[in-house]
Amino acid sequence: MGIRILKGGMMTTVQDLGRTGYQSQGFSVAGVMDVRSFKIANLLLDNPENEAVLEFTLIGPTLEFTSATIIAITGGDFHPQVNGEPVPMYTALYMNKGDILQFGSARTGSRGYIAFSSYLEIPVVMGSRCTNMKSSIGGFKGRKLQAGDYMNFRIKRRYLPFFLSRKLEPENFDQDSAEIRVVMGPQDDLFSRQGIETFLNQEYTVTSDFDRMGCRLEGPFIAPKETSDIISDGIAFGSVQVPSHGKPIILLSDRQTTGGYAKIATVASVDIPKVVQRKTDHKIHFRAITVQEAQELYLKEIKELDAMRNIIHQPCKEVLDCRLVAKRLMKLFE
Amino acid sequence: MQNIRILTAGDSSLLIEFGKEISPEINRKIAATIQLMKEQHIEGVVDIIPAFCSLLINYDPRVISYEEIRERMKALVRVDVKAGETRKRIFEIPVCYGGEYGPDIANIAEHAGLSEEEVIRVHSSRDYLIYMLGFLPGFTYLGGLDERLHTPRLANPRIRIPAGSVGIGGSQTGIYPLDSPGGWQLMGMTPVKTYDPSREMPILVEAGDYIRFVPVDEAEYFRIKEAVDRGEYQCTVHEEEV
Repeated sequence: MGIRILKGGMMTTVQDLGRTGYQSQGFSVAGVMDVRSFKIANLLLDNPENEAVLEFTLIGPTLEFTSATIIAITGGDFHPQVNGEPVPMYTALYMNKGDILQFGSARTGSRGYIAFSSYLEIPVVMGSRCTNMKSSIGGFKGRKLQAGDYMNFRIKRRYLPFFLSRKLEPENFDQDSAEIRVVMGPQDDLFSRQGIETFLNQEYTVTSDFDRMGCRLEGPFIAPKETSDIISDGIAFGSVQVPSHGKPIILLSDRQTTGGYAKIATVASVDIPKVVQRKTDHKIHFRAITVQEAQELYLKEIKELDAMRNIIHQPCKEVLDCRLVAKRLMKLFE
Repeated sequence: MQNIRILTAGDSSLLIEFGKEISPEINRKIAATIQLMKEQHIEGVVDIIPAFCSLLINYDPRVISYEEIRERMKALVRVDVKAGETRKRIFEIPVCYGGEYGPDIANIAEHAGLSEEEVIRVHSSRDYLIYMLGFLPGFTYLGGLDERLHTPRLANPRIRIPAGSVGIGGSQTGIYPLDSPGGWQLMGMTPVKTYDPSREMPILVEAGDYIRFVPVDEAEYFRIKEAVDRGEYQCTVHEEEV
């Protein structure tokens, strides 16, 4: 009654929106990197917003289903196949007992997500099912998945209404270059005017030093006024930290709770998925927006996700149209 | 209190900077602000990270906007903290100093120009304020280490420092809550678990509490360790007025 991991891929973990409320004790939030793809995967199955999924990176896993369920795959395109046949993403898919779901390496994007209608049986630790690898808590034994791991489902849920309507336009992660909108601060005042101009006008390249903790960028030196060392303070998701080497690091899901380098800006929530779906050598341009604009974009995205939820709950047109149904039936009898 | 700045940290966080120095007064102000936030229960606050002289607040813009939370916090940090109104908790942490428990104690003694006995006496003769927790679950940033004991970090960090190690790194002293790589000079071990995921409260202490290191011999170390392993050990905690 669940899934067996046949191949773990490069880095496959159980994740949800993260373990919040414990950062004052030094626990990283962890949680999914691409919140948007995560939310879409769950909404395609009418799952609760924060239901745990599998997140995989650059090389996807291979899994065997030991019971029937419905899944949705979102994020980068890892060329998903069921029993050797390609299957679509951004749609609800029936899985039968014995089916083998296999992913290749990321053709576009760098992170993928699988949501399950039967919900993974993973214990809730401090309010979350997400894996915090550094503290070895949460998720599957506090670590990434490997061959032989077995997870049960919590419930039987093999029927979803409007099944044929559960299709959305796949997101496009194909761009080599992306504009990333940021809100300046909290410590932009520690950088020289020239430093800030460099940050906002020059191109930065994603290095291979890119994991769930952060994304190191290569590019022109961002000059501080005096020093970029500060008295350690709390770090937000998407903080752009600039240590004394002058190259920005975008801090992501597994970031430490606190750090001692100045943070020139913070990536707008809606653009963090764009950052985490980058690959080594991809380009990034930063553009400053106001905090109000960033919040408007965030609220707009929530509405967009609500609209998606509506779309997949409309009866499928082909089913509603009597003539189409009649035609299909005719064909069956011909 | 002057010079409090409210800074933006993206569309879902606010950073309140209470000053630019590490001092017990600023730390108390932060603790009092957190207390007020808890009492007033600000809708939409998701998480907080108190640090040496700042407080990061994560909030949900769906529930509370930037302007709203900024105004709420502006009013809140204006409230004065009165002396004598707060109490402090002091946790006694038993430590077996030196020998295989603290392989670098000779380095610390040599650097300070003291004997090992004096290093132990100086280290265990004062209470250390927990300014913040961070870096690892339950890792305490303690203030107030005697200047004579300030010792540079190891040139070659260790790959694995066992949980419970007590050490010195520069002007800081502290306890490793779990096995971790690190460059601190190790001076002893405590059998007490400052982080235990199987406990109802995984982290023993909070920012604003104090730690008092109490030297114990090897026999006492093992006696306490056994009690800890049975889940029967209770840390001695003193309460005093600030």
